[in-house]
Amino acid sequence: MIFQTFLIKYGEIGIKGKNRYVFEDALVKQIKFVLKDAEGSFQVYKSQGRVYVDCDGYYDYEETIECLKRVFGIVGICPVVRVEDTGFEQLAKDVVAYMDEMYPDKQKTFKVNSRRANKRYSRNSMEINCDLGGAVLDAFPEMKVDVHKPDILLSVEVRERIYIYSEIIPGPGGMPVGTNGKAMLLLSGGIDSPVAGYMVSKRGVGLEATYFHAPPYTSERAKQKVIDLAKLVSQYAGPIKLNIVNFTDIQLYIYEKCPHEELTIIMRRYMMMISEYFAKESGCLGLITGESIGQVASQTMQSLAATNDVCTLPVYRPLIGFDKQEIVDVAQRINTYETSIQPFEDCCTIFVAKHPVTKPNTKRIRKSEEKLAEMIDELFEKAVQSTETIIVK
Amino acid sequence: MEVYLDNSATTKAYDSVRDIVSRVMCEDYGNPSSLHKKGVAAEKYIKESKEIIAKTLKVQEKELVFTSGGTESDNLALIGTAHANMRAGKHLITTSIEHPAIINTMRYLEEEGGFRVTYLPVDRYGRVRLEALKEALCKETILVSIMYVNNEVGSVQPIAEAAEIIKSCSRNIIFHVDAIQGFGKYQILPKRLGIDLLSISGHKIHGPKGVGALYISEEVKIKPIIFGGQQQKNIRSGTENVSGIAGLGMAVKESYTGLEEKTAVMRELKEYFIDGISKIDKTTIHGHIDDRSAPHIISAGIAGIRSEVLLHSLEEQGICVSSGSACSSNHPGESGVLKGIGAGREYLDATIRFSMSEFTTREEIDYTLETLYNCIPMLRKYTRH
Repeated sequence: MIFQTFLIKYGEIGIKGKNRYVFEDALVKQIKFVLKDAEGSFQVYKSQGRVYVDCDGYYDYEETIECLKRVFGIVGICPVVRVEDTGFEQLAKDVVAYMDEMYPDKQKTFKVNSRRANKRYSRNSMEINCDLGGAVLDAFPEMKVDVHKPDILLSVEVRERIYIYSEIIPGPGGMPVGTNGKAMLLLSGGIDSPVAGYMVSKRGVGLEATYFHAPPYTSERAKQKVIDLAKLVSQYAGPIKLNIVNFTDIQLYIYEKCPHEELTIIMRRYMMMISEYFAKESGCLGLITGESIGQVASQTMQSLAATNDVCTLPVYRPLIGFDKQEIVDVAQRINTYETSIQPFEDCCTIFVAKHPVTKPNTKRIRKSEEKLAEMIDELFEKAVQSTETIIVK
Repeated sequence: MEVYLDNSATTKAYDSVRDIVSRVMCEDYGNPSSLHKKGVAAEKYIKESKEIIAKTLKVQEKELVFTSGGTESDNLALIGTAHANMRAGKHLITTSIEHPAIINTMRYLEEEGGFRVTYLPVDRYGRVRLEALKEALCKETILVSIMYVNNEVGSVQPIAEAAEIIKSCSRNIIFHVDAIQGFGKYQILPKRLGIDLLSISGHKIHGPKGVGALYISEEVKIKPIIFGGQQQKNIRSGTENVSGIAGLGMAVKESYTGLEEKTAVMRELKEYFIDGISKIDKTTIHGHIDDRSAPHIISAGIAGIRSEVLLHSLEEQGICVSSGSACSSNHPGESGVLKGIGAGREYLDATIRFSMSEFTTREEIDYTLETLYNCIPMLRKYTRH
């Protein structure tokens, strides 16, 4: 069956009152962005409270659906057969042909649900429902009508042209990216942080990201892996500005001056500070991390409190209540898992102590950090200045 | 300064190789099986390349088959002869320090083919124990495969002695040598040494990647492992990689021109380099350092620094090296070869392989040593707890 249009169903956008157009425009923009990856030429537009994707000429159906399934805000994607309005008899023929091709097995119940946007049409929607239902029953006596729980809900929308559809492919839900400001993701290269970025972005938040690398302790490949991950996340979240911070000097300095069992926690505090610096610089409204309570030593309640201590922006931790397997499931679904598990060392694991503190006392950590007073500002400044920024899309 | 000391992983192509590859690709691009003159022109490159290699190895041209590289040569040698000779027996012998192209093919034959494989141990210098070979040989043995030069530590295997032992057991046992690291550094004469099959690769000797060859003695029965248009007398189907083959021939010619002088220079540089490394405390050189080791490979254990960290530190200064073996360094972990030679625990995850080429200069070695002197003390300061 050849579909010439996709009708895009969206959920929460519909209830946003006067701001509705902002959400719809963001949705249209994001659909246009993702469809660059699909073969074909597409017209994306909104009309009478609906968003449509017209694809005239050849296009790759599978690719198009795959792309649309990545657009937050979409609840359902309906592949539509679009016909010209040349009278009701022709429409009845078209509908019968549609049903025949879509449902080779006729042992099904159905219901016609029509909408008449073109009020000058010869029949009203009740009449359309009735007459089209009759036409289908005449053509396929095995089919039955069930107005309560039909197997097939056949939608017919009468506009300038007539849209016939019955299938709804589920979209990811959420809100269109960019309708809820943006936030800074701490992206490590592990399994969790890309998922965290995905989840916040799903609520309409645009992303920027900060990655800490530590040459020579981490390799170019580890950095490339993070760029690859950012690219995978950007398929959902749109273009991501990625800051790549050289963290080696700060890390070695902490290693030299502070108790080794506190190294990870102090390091993480500095990562938060640097990320927040970039976040504020570019107007991000919060930080995002992939932390989940108790997953590792640096993610106990005490450790989270100790890292949180240095931030003034809110820190969003969408995975906070997730078990590892639940995170892995999402990572596999959004296709970041395979990339995340490539075995390159990241900067968090290089100097990790055998027995890092699991219940750090924030006051004591602050005290330890005083030992860094001599050079840390300078190193901080240097790390920020030498940061490499790339746009990943 | 850019210093490339990873020539056992791959090498820079000779200019002459680049030129001939480009000429074949853009001008004489015919299919050697075609009947028209473009085909004939292409065939000529294959013939010339064969001539060069046959002359270098002192074998007959018809005993050479071109492949997609060392791995395919090894696969064809092992699987092809194992299957063709399994009626005579199902026992195979190799060493515990072979390249994965051998080890994993042997495992495949064990698991899928019902063959029994003996993996011979090595001494602490990385040379196969000949007594073990003697003990392992039996009536069932049909094939022995031993590498010429080990790719991780550079040990040269006692090939001639092994051949003697094998052939005195039975003339029918086939002897395969993976010479991918040794070819281009040694004059290797299979017929004189008692070698029946010899694998070589293009890109380790300044030739192109994706091309190699297998010498197959005319007395050896072998079956193809790739099926198709029956090219190369049906031993290796598939349109010949003409540009690669031409490049391989050119690389063989160039690398064997003035071979002795070139390897003498490399050996001298190697000794100089080893002297320099020995000045750093808590270091070791794996394997022999005399002529029982290859002239171009130096495997240095540097205690207290994970090899990957040292590798990236050297990289920052423009020096390219490998940790362990390049073929397996994408899989972090300890080297089986280093364990096999009984290297100290402190060196298992702290060994760097430097591998030189004929283009390596004394200045480059000096620069590398100087860099090591500078960064090792610094890196040793920061260690994992």
